[in-house]
Amino acid sequence: MAVIALSGLRVDPATTAAKIVEALRSQLSTTLKRRGFVVGMSGGVDSSVCAALAVRAVGPKHVLGLFMPERESNPASKTLGQQWADELGIQSVTEDIAPILLGAGCYARRNEAIRRVVPEFRDDWGCKLVLPSERLDANLLSVTNLVVQPPGGEMRHVRLPGAEYRQIVAASNFKQRVRAMIAYYHADRLHFAVLGTPNRLEYDQGFFVKGGDGLADVKPIAHLYKSQVYQLAEYLGIPESITSRPPTTDTFSMPQSQEEFYYSLPIPVLDVVLHGKNEGRSAASIARETGMTEEQVDRAMRDIDQKRMTTRYLHLGPQLVEPVPIEIAGAGSPSALEA
Amino acid sequence: MTTEADVIARVRTFIQENFLYMRPNFVVGTDDRLLEQGIIDSMGVLDLLNFLEEAFGVRVADDELTEENLGTLRGIGRFVSAKQHAVGAD
Repeated sequence: MAVIALSGLRVDPATTAAKIVEALRSQLSTTLKRRGFVVGMSGGVDSSVCAALAVRAVGPKHVLGLFMPERESNPASKTLGQQWADELGIQSVTEDIAPILLGAGCYARRNEAIRRVVPEFRDDWGCKLVLPSERLDANLLSVTNLVVQPPGGEMRHVRLPGAEYRQIVAASNFKQRVRAMIAYYHADRLHFAVLGTPNRLEYDQGFFVKGGDGLADVKPIAHLYKSQVYQLAEYLGIPESITSRPPTTDTFSMPQSQEEFYYSLPIPVLDVVLHGKNEGRSAASIARETGMTEEQVDRAMRDIDQKRMTTRYLHLGPQLVEPVPIEIAGAGSPSALEA
Repeated sequence: MTTEADVIARVRTFIQENFLYMRPNFVVGTDDRLLEQGIIDSMGVLDLLNFLEEAFGVRVADDELTEENLGTLRGIGRFVSAKQHAVGAD
Protein backbone atom coordinates (compact mmCIF):
# COMPACT_ATOMS: atom_id res chain seq x y z
CA MET A 1 0.00 0.00 0.00
CA ALA A 2 1.41 3.36 -0.96
CA VAL A 3 1.77 5.85 1.84
CA ILE A 4 -0.17 9.00 1.08
CA ALA A 5 2.33 11.84 1.10
CA LEU A 6 0.39 14.20 3.30
CA SER A 7 2.34 16.25 5.75
CA GLY A 8 -0.30 15.70 8.44
CA LEU A 9 0.17 11.95 8.28
CA ARG A 10 3.92 12.02 8.04
CA VAL A 11 5.73 10.96 11.19
CA ASP A 12 9.35 10.84 12.15
CA PRO A 13 9.53 7.05 12.48
CA ALA A 14 12.58 7.04 14.76
CA THR A 15 10.92 9.39 17.25
CA THR A 16 7.58 7.59 17.00
CA ALA A 17 9.20 4.20 17.57
CA ALA A 18 11.26 5.49 20.49
CA LYS A 19 8.16 6.94 22.17
CA ILE A 20 6.30 3.62 21.82
CA VAL A 21 9.27 1.62 23.05
CA GLU A 22 9.56 3.83 26.11
CA ALA A 23 5.83 3.50 26.80
CA LEU A 24 5.96 -0.29 26.47
CA ARG A 25 8.86 -0.53 28.92
CA SER A 26 7.12 1.65 31.45
CA GLN A 27 3.74 -0.06 31.05
CA LEU A 28 5.27 -3.52 31.42
CA SER A 29 7.46 -2.83 34.43
CA THR A 30 5.49 -0.21 36.35
CA THR A 31 1.82 -0.63 35.52
CA LEU A 32 1.42 -4.26 34.49
CA LYS A 33 4.36 -5.78 36.37
CA ARG A 34 4.85 -8.55 33.83
CA ARG A 35 8.02 -10.01 32.31
CA GLY A 36 7.40 -9.79 28.59
CA PHE A 37 4.88 -9.66 25.75
CA VAL A 38 2.81 -12.21 23.87
CA VAL A 39 2.08 -11.03 20.33
CA GLY A 40 -0.39 -12.78 18.04
CA MET A 41 1.23 -12.64 14.61
CA SER A 42 -0.84 -12.71 11.43
CA GLY A 43 1.80 -12.02 8.80
CA GLY A 44 0.28 -8.57 8.36
CA VAL A 45 1.92 -5.21 8.80
CA ASP A 46 0.30 -4.26 12.14
CA SER A 47 1.35 -7.33 14.10
CA SER A 48 4.77 -7.36 12.42
CA VAL A 49 5.37 -3.75 13.50
CA CYS A 50 4.12 -4.51 17.02
CA ALA A 51 6.40 -7.54 17.37
CA ALA A 52 9.39 -5.47 16.26
CA LEU A 53 8.54 -2.68 18.72
CA ALA A 54 8.14 -5.21 21.53
CA VAL A 55 11.57 -6.64 20.74
CA ARG A 56 13.08 -3.15 20.83
CA ALA A 57 11.38 -2.52 24.16
CA VAL A 58 12.22 -5.68 26.07
CA GLY A 59 14.52 -7.78 23.90
CA PRO A 60 13.77 -10.94 21.92
CA LYS A 61 13.92 -13.29 24.92
CA HIS A 62 10.94 -11.52 26.44
CA VAL A 63 8.67 -11.67 23.41
CA LEU A 64 6.64 -14.70 22.35
CA GLY A 65 5.17 -14.76 18.84
CA LEU A 66 1.95 -16.74 18.48
CA PHE A 67 0.55 -18.18 15.29
CA MET A 68 -3.03 -19.35 15.57
CA PRO A 69 -4.22 -20.62 12.20
CA GLU A 70 -7.47 -22.46 11.65
CA ARG A 71 -8.75 -24.35 8.66
CA GLU A 72 -9.86 -21.24 6.75
CA SER A 73 -6.67 -19.22 7.32
CA ASN A 74 -4.53 -18.19 4.40
CA PRO A 75 -1.32 -20.30 4.70
CA ALA A 76 0.74 -17.27 3.63
CA SER A 77 -0.14 -15.59 6.94
CA LYS A 78 1.80 -18.21 8.89
CA THR A 79 4.71 -18.43 6.45
CA LEU A 80 5.30 -14.67 6.36
CA GLY A 81 4.80 -14.21 10.07
CA GLN A 82 7.19 -17.07 10.88
CA GLN A 83 9.89 -15.58 8.67
CA TRP A 84 9.60 -12.25 10.47
CA ALA A 85 9.57 -13.90 13.91
CA ASP A 86 12.73 -15.80 12.98
CA GLU A 87 14.36 -12.60 11.79
CA LEU A 88 13.46 -10.90 15.06
CA GLY A 89 14.98 -13.83 16.96
CA ILE A 90 11.91 -14.42 19.10
CA GLN A 91 10.52 -17.72 20.25
CA SER A 92 7.28 -18.60 18.50
CA VAL A 93 4.54 -21.13 19.04
CA THR A 94 1.98 -22.38 16.54
CA GLU A 95 -1.42 -23.29 17.92
CA ASP A 96 -3.87 -24.82 15.47
CA ILE A 97 -7.18 -23.52 16.82
CA ALA A 98 -9.36 -25.53 14.41
CA PRO A 99 -10.11 -28.33 16.94
CA ILE A 100 -11.31 -25.80 19.53
CA LEU A 101 -13.41 -24.03 16.91
CA LEU A 102 -14.90 -27.35 15.83
CA GLY A 103 -15.68 -28.21 19.44
CA ALA A 104 -17.31 -24.83 19.99
CA GLY A 105 -19.39 -25.25 16.83
CA CYS A 106 -17.92 -22.19 15.12
CA TYR A 107 -18.17 -23.55 11.58
CA ALA A 108 -21.37 -25.55 12.19
CA ARG A 109 -23.26 -22.62 13.72
CA ARG A 110 -22.15 -20.27 10.94
CA ASN A 111 -23.01 -22.76 8.17
CA GLU A 112 -26.38 -23.52 9.73
CA ALA A 113 -27.26 -19.82 9.54
CA ILE A 114 -26.05 -19.66 5.93
CA ARG A 115 -28.18 -22.67 5.01
CA ARG A 116 -31.28 -20.89 6.29
CA VAL A 117 -30.86 -18.44 3.39
CA VAL A 118 -28.97 -20.70 0.92
CA PRO A 119 -30.28 -24.25 1.60
CA GLU A 120 -27.91 -25.86 -0.92
CA PHE A 121 -24.80 -24.43 0.81
CA ARG A 122 -22.29 -27.15 1.65
CA ASP A 123 -19.44 -27.13 4.15
CA ASP A 124 -16.82 -27.10 1.38
CA TRP A 125 -18.24 -23.94 -0.23
CA GLY A 126 -16.53 -20.60 0.27
CA CYS A 127 -18.30 -17.75 2.01
CA LYS A 128 -17.78 -14.17 3.14
CA LEU A 129 -19.75 -11.06 4.08
CA VAL A 130 -19.52 -7.93 1.93
CA LEU A 131 -20.90 -4.41 1.85
CA PRO A 132 -21.98 -2.70 -1.39
CA SER A 133 -18.84 -1.31 -3.04
CA GLU A 134 -20.41 1.85 -4.47
CA ARG A 135 -22.28 2.88 -1.33
CA LEU A 136 -20.59 6.26 -0.92
CA ASP A 137 -21.36 7.31 -4.49
CA ALA A 138 -24.97 6.19 -4.40
CA ASN A 139 -25.54 7.09 -0.73
CA LEU A 140 -26.44 3.48 -0.05
CA LEU A 141 -26.95 2.16 3.45
CA SER A 142 -24.45 -0.36 4.78
CA VAL A 143 -26.50 -3.48 4.19
CA THR A 144 -24.38 -6.60 4.29
CA ASN A 145 -24.61 -9.30 1.67
CA LEU A 146 -23.53 -12.90 2.02
CA VAL A 147 -21.35 -14.21 -0.80
CA VAL A 148 -21.18 -17.97 -1.30
CA GLN A 149 -19.27 -19.96 -3.89
CA PRO A 150 -19.27 -23.71 -4.58
CA PRO A 151 -15.87 -25.21 -5.47
CA GLY A 152 -15.12 -24.13 -9.06
CA GLY A 153 -18.54 -22.48 -9.32
CA GLU A 154 -19.95 -19.01 -9.59
CA MET A 155 -20.21 -16.54 -6.70
CA ARG A 156 -23.71 -15.72 -5.50
CA HIS A 157 -24.69 -12.62 -3.52
CA VAL A 158 -27.60 -12.93 -1.10
CA ARG A 159 -29.00 -10.28 1.22
CA LEU A 160 -29.04 -11.46 4.81
CA PRO A 161 -31.88 -11.11 7.27
CA GLY A 162 -30.79 -9.69 10.63
CA ALA A 163 -30.98 -12.94 12.61
CA GLU A 164 -28.81 -14.85 10.11
CA TYR A 165 -26.30 -12.00 9.82
CA ARG A 166 -25.92 -11.84 13.59
CA GLN A 167 -25.48 -15.61 13.90
CA ILE A 168 -22.81 -15.69 11.17
CA VAL A 169 -20.90 -12.86 12.87
CA ALA A 170 -21.36 -14.35 16.34
CA ALA A 171 -20.07 -17.75 15.18
CA SER A 172 -17.13 -16.21 13.31
CA ASN A 173 -16.20 -14.23 16.44
CA PHE A 174 -15.25 -17.54 18.07
CA LYS A 175 -12.05 -17.27 16.02
CA GLN A 176 -10.91 -14.01 17.61
CA ARG A 177 -12.08 -15.05 21.06
CA VAL A 178 -10.30 -18.40 20.95
CA ARG A 179 -7.13 -16.60 19.87
CA ALA A 180 -7.45 -14.27 22.86
CA MET A 181 -7.90 -17.28 25.15
CA ILE A 182 -4.77 -18.96 23.77
CA ALA A 183 -2.79 -15.70 24.01
CA TYR A 184 -3.74 -15.38 27.69
CA TYR A 185 -2.84 -19.02 28.31
CA HIS A 186 0.71 -18.27 27.20
CA ALA A 187 0.73 -14.91 28.97
CA ASP A 188 -0.27 -16.59 32.24
CA ARG A 189 2.24 -19.41 31.71
CA LEU A 190 5.12 -16.98 31.15
CA HIS A 191 3.89 -14.12 33.35
CA PHE A 192 3.79 -11.98 30.21
CA ALA A 193 1.31 -9.32 29.08
CA VAL A 194 -0.76 -9.61 25.89
CA LEU A 195 0.06 -7.03 23.26
CA GLY A 196 -2.88 -6.04 21.04
CA THR A 197 -2.19 -4.86 17.51
CA PRO A 198 -5.03 -2.55 16.38
CA ASN A 199 -4.13 0.51 14.37
CA ARG A 200 -6.07 3.76 14.75
CA LEU A 201 -8.66 2.99 12.08
CA GLU A 202 -9.53 -0.31 13.73
CA TYR A 203 -9.53 1.17 17.22
CA ASP A 204 -11.52 4.29 16.34
CA GLN A 205 -14.03 2.54 14.11
CA GLY A 206 -14.57 -0.45 16.37
CA PHE A 207 -13.21 -3.00 13.94
CA PHE A 208 -12.45 -5.63 16.56
CA VAL A 209 -14.21 -8.31 18.57
CA LYS A 210 -14.94 -7.57 22.19
CA GLY A 211 -13.19 -10.23 24.25
CA GLY A 212 -11.33 -11.26 21.11
CA ASP A 213 -8.72 -9.19 19.32
CA GLY A 214 -10.02 -6.25 21.36
CA LEU A 215 -8.74 -7.90 24.54
CA ALA A 216 -5.15 -7.00 25.38
CA ASP A 217 -3.02 -5.36 28.06
CA VAL A 218 -1.27 -2.86 25.79
CA LYS A 219 -2.16 -1.50 22.35
CA PRO A 220 0.98 0.32 21.24
CA ILE A 221 -0.09 1.41 17.74
CA ALA A 222 -3.74 2.27 18.48
CA HIS A 223 -2.90 5.97 18.05
CA LEU A 224 -1.28 5.50 14.62
CA TYR A 225 -3.11 5.84 11.31
CA LYS A 226 -2.49 2.99 8.91
CA SER A 227 -0.19 5.02 6.69
CA GLN A 228 1.86 5.85 9.79
CA VAL A 229 2.12 2.15 10.60
CA TYR A 230 3.54 1.64 7.11
CA GLN A 231 6.10 4.37 7.76
CA LEU A 232 7.16 2.57 10.93
CA ALA A 233 7.26 -0.72 9.05
CA GLU A 234 9.70 0.73 6.56
CA TYR A 235 11.85 2.14 9.36
CA LEU A 236 11.82 -1.20 11.22
CA GLY A 237 12.88 -3.13 8.13
CA ILE A 238 9.75 -5.20 7.73
CA PRO A 239 9.97 -7.16 4.48
CA GLU A 240 8.06 -6.01 1.45
CA SER A 241 6.43 -9.44 1.27
CA ILE A 242 4.51 -8.33 4.38
CA THR A 243 4.03 -4.62 3.67
CA SER A 244 2.78 -5.23 0.14
CA ARG A 245 0.00 -7.59 1.28
CA PRO A 246 -3.48 -6.08 1.12
CA PRO A 247 -4.94 -5.93 4.65
CA THR A 248 -7.46 -8.75 5.00
CA THR A 249 -9.73 -10.02 7.72
CA ASP A 250 -8.56 -13.66 7.29
CA THR A 251 -11.82 -14.62 8.95
CA PHE A 252 -13.90 -16.15 6.18
CA SER A 253 -13.07 -18.95 3.78
CA MET A 254 -13.10 -16.62 0.74
CA PRO A 255 -10.54 -13.82 0.45
CA GLN A 256 -12.01 -10.68 1.94
CA SER A 257 -10.58 -7.18 2.17
CA GLN A 258 -11.23 -5.01 5.22
CA GLU A 259 -12.82 -2.48 2.90
CA GLU A 260 -15.47 -4.80 1.49
CA PHE A 261 -16.34 -6.12 4.94
CA TYR A 262 -16.27 -3.01 7.08
CA TYR A 263 -14.83 0.28 5.89
CA SER A 264 -16.58 2.64 3.51
CA LEU A 265 -13.41 3.66 1.65
CA PRO A 266 -10.07 2.22 0.57
CA ILE A 267 -7.87 2.31 3.67
CA PRO A 268 -5.37 4.94 2.38
CA VAL A 269 -8.25 7.32 1.64
CA LEU A 270 -10.07 6.58 4.88
CA ASP A 271 -6.81 7.37 6.68
CA VAL A 272 -6.83 10.88 5.20
CA VAL A 273 -10.54 11.44 5.88
CA LEU A 274 -10.36 10.24 9.48
CA HIS A 275 -7.22 12.25 10.12
CA GLY A 276 -8.76 15.33 8.54
CA LYS A 277 -11.96 14.92 10.56
CA ASN A 278 -9.99 14.53 13.78
CA GLU A 279 -7.97 17.62 12.91
CA GLY A 280 -11.14 19.62 12.26
CA ARG A 281 -10.49 20.08 8.54
CA SER A 282 -13.38 20.98 6.24
CA ALA A 283 -14.91 18.51 3.82
CA ALA A 284 -13.83 20.80 0.98
CA SER A 285 -10.17 20.67 1.93
CA ILE A 286 -10.24 16.88 2.40
CA ALA A 287 -12.01 16.56 -0.95
CA ARG A 288 -9.22 18.52 -2.65
CA GLU A 289 -6.62 16.27 -1.01
CA THR A 290 -8.26 12.97 -1.91
CA GLY A 291 -9.91 13.70 -5.24
CA MET A 292 -13.30 12.90 -3.73
CA THR A 293 -16.32 15.17 -4.04
CA GLU A 294 -17.38 17.18 -1.00
CA GLU A 295 -20.55 15.15 -0.86
CA GLN A 296 -18.57 11.90 -0.74
CA VAL A 297 -16.40 13.26 2.07
CA ASP A 298 -19.51 14.32 3.99
CA ARG A 299 -20.95 10.83 3.62
CA ALA A 300 -17.67 9.25 4.69
CA MET A 301 -17.61 11.47 7.77
CA ARG A 302 -21.16 10.51 8.62
CA ASP A 303 -20.19 6.85 8.22
CA ILE A 304 -17.28 7.40 10.63
CA ASP A 305 -19.64 8.90 13.22
CA GLN A 306 -22.16 6.13 12.65
CA LYS A 307 -19.53 3.45 13.29
CA ARG A 308 -18.27 5.27 16.37
CA MET A 309 -21.80 5.35 17.74
CA THR A 310 -22.60 1.72 16.89
CA THR A 311 -19.36 0.31 18.27
CA ARG A 312 -18.99 2.48 21.34
CA TYR A 313 -20.02 -0.37 23.58
CA LEU A 314 -17.04 -2.39 22.37
CA HIS A 315 -14.75 0.07 24.15
CA LEU A 316 -16.71 0.09 27.38
CA GLY A 317 -15.84 -2.01 30.39
CA PRO A 318 -18.56 -3.52 32.55
CA GLN A 319 -20.97 -0.87 33.76
CA LEU A 320 -21.15 -0.67 37.56
CA VAL A 321 -23.96 0.79 39.60
CA GLU A 322 -21.46 2.91 41.52
CA PRO A 323 -17.67 3.29 41.54
CA VAL A 324 -15.80 0.61 43.46
CA PRO A 325 -12.46 2.07 44.59
CA ILE A 326 -9.79 -0.53 45.26
CA GLU A 327 -7.14 0.71 47.62
CA ILE A 328 -3.75 -0.90 48.02
CA ALA A 329 -1.76 0.31 50.95
CA GLY A 330 1.23 2.30 49.76
CA ALA A 331 0.16 2.23 46.11
CA GLY A 332 -0.98 5.84 45.94
CA SER A 333 -4.47 7.20 45.58
CA PRO A 334 -7.32 4.77 44.93
CA SER A 335 -8.47 6.71 41.88
CA ALA A 336 -5.39 5.51 40.04
CA LEU A 337 -6.63 1.96 40.35
CA GLU A 338 -10.28 2.44 39.52
CA ALA A 339 -9.84 2.17 35.79
CA MET B 1 -53.07 -1.04 -0.52
CA THR B 2 -51.74 0.94 2.42
CA THR B 3 -51.55 4.71 2.74
CA GLU B 4 -48.33 6.53 3.60
CA ALA B 5 -49.79 7.39 6.99
CA ASP B 6 -50.57 3.70 7.66
CA VAL B 7 -47.03 2.67 6.69
CA ILE B 8 -45.54 5.34 8.95
CA ALA B 9 -47.72 4.29 11.88
CA ARG B 10 -46.88 0.60 11.56
CA VAL B 11 -43.16 1.21 11.09
CA ARG B 12 -43.16 3.59 14.04
CA THR B 13 -44.73 0.86 16.18
CA PHE B 14 -42.22 -1.71 14.90
CA ILE B 15 -39.30 0.58 15.76
CA GLN B 16 -40.73 1.43 19.19
CA GLU B 17 -41.28 -2.24 20.02
CA ASN B 18 -37.99 -3.56 18.68
CA PHE B 19 -35.42 -0.80 19.15
CA LEU B 20 -36.87 1.54 21.76
CA TYR B 21 -38.63 -0.79 24.16
CA MET B 22 -36.36 0.41 26.99
CA ARG B 23 -37.25 4.03 26.22
CA PRO B 24 -41.06 3.95 26.19
CA ASN B 25 -41.37 7.74 26.44
CA PHE B 26 -39.31 8.38 23.32
CA VAL B 27 -41.51 8.88 20.28
CA VAL B 28 -39.87 8.71 16.87
CA GLY B 29 -40.59 11.85 14.87
CA THR B 30 -41.66 11.48 11.26
CA ASP B 31 -38.54 13.30 10.06
CA ASP B 32 -36.09 11.98 12.69
CA ARG B 33 -32.99 10.54 11.01
CA LEU B 34 -33.14 6.96 12.15
CA LEU B 35 -29.46 6.08 11.67
CA GLU B 36 -27.78 9.39 12.37
CA GLN B 37 -29.72 9.80 15.60
CA GLY B 38 -28.85 6.27 16.70
CA ILE B 39 -32.49 5.11 16.75
CA ILE B 40 -31.52 2.07 14.69
CA ASP B 41 -28.07 0.82 13.75
CA SER B 42 -26.80 -0.98 10.67
CA MET B 43 -27.95 -4.34 12.05
CA GLY B 44 -31.32 -2.80 12.78
CA VAL B 45 -31.59 -1.86 9.11
CA LEU B 46 -31.58 -5.58 8.25
CA ASP B 47 -34.46 -6.19 10.67
CA LEU B 48 -36.32 -3.17 9.34
CA LEU B 49 -35.94 -4.44 5.78
CA ASN B 50 -37.31 -7.84 6.78
CA PHE B 51 -40.27 -6.16 8.39
CA LEU B 52 -41.02 -3.95 5.38
CA GLU B 53 -40.84 -6.85 2.96
CA GLU B 54 -43.01 -9.13 5.08
CA ALA B 55 -45.52 -6.60 6.40
CA PHE B 56 -46.12 -4.73 3.13
CA GLY B 57 -45.32 -7.38 0.52
CA VAL B 58 -42.67 -5.30 -1.23
CA ARG B 59 -39.24 -6.36 -2.43
CA VAL B 60 -36.54 -3.75 -1.83
CA ALA B 61 -33.84 -3.82 -4.50
CA ASP B 62 -30.17 -3.23 -3.64
CA ASP B 63 -30.09 0.16 -5.35
CA GLU B 64 -33.13 1.27 -3.34
CA LEU B 65 -31.32 0.87 -0.01
CA THR B 66 -30.74 4.59 0.36
CA GLU B 67 -30.99 7.17 3.13
CA GLU B 68 -33.71 8.87 1.14
CA ASN B 69 -35.91 5.75 1.06
CA LEU B 70 -35.15 4.31 4.49
CA GLY B 71 -33.55 7.05 6.57
CA THR B 72 -36.73 8.55 8.08
CA LEU B 73 -40.29 7.42 8.74
CA ARG B 74 -41.52 9.92 6.12
CA GLY B 75 -39.09 8.50 3.55
CA ILE B 76 -40.15 4.93 4.37
CA GLY B 77 -43.83 5.83 4.11
CA ARG B 78 -43.36 7.46 0.72
CA PHE B 79 -41.11 4.67 -0.57
CA VAL B 80 -43.23 1.71 0.54
CA SER B 81 -46.43 3.33 -0.62
CA ALA B 82 -44.91 4.02 -4.05
CA LYS B 83 -43.66 0.45 -4.28
CA GLN B 84 -47.10 -0.91 -3.48
CA HIS B 85 -48.73 1.30 -6.09
CA ALA B 86 -46.16 0.18 -8.65
CA VAL B 87 -46.93 -3.48 -7.87
CA GLY B 88 -50.67 -2.79 -7.96
CA ALA B 89 -50.36 -1.07 -11.35
CA ASP B 90 -48.47 -4.03 -12.90
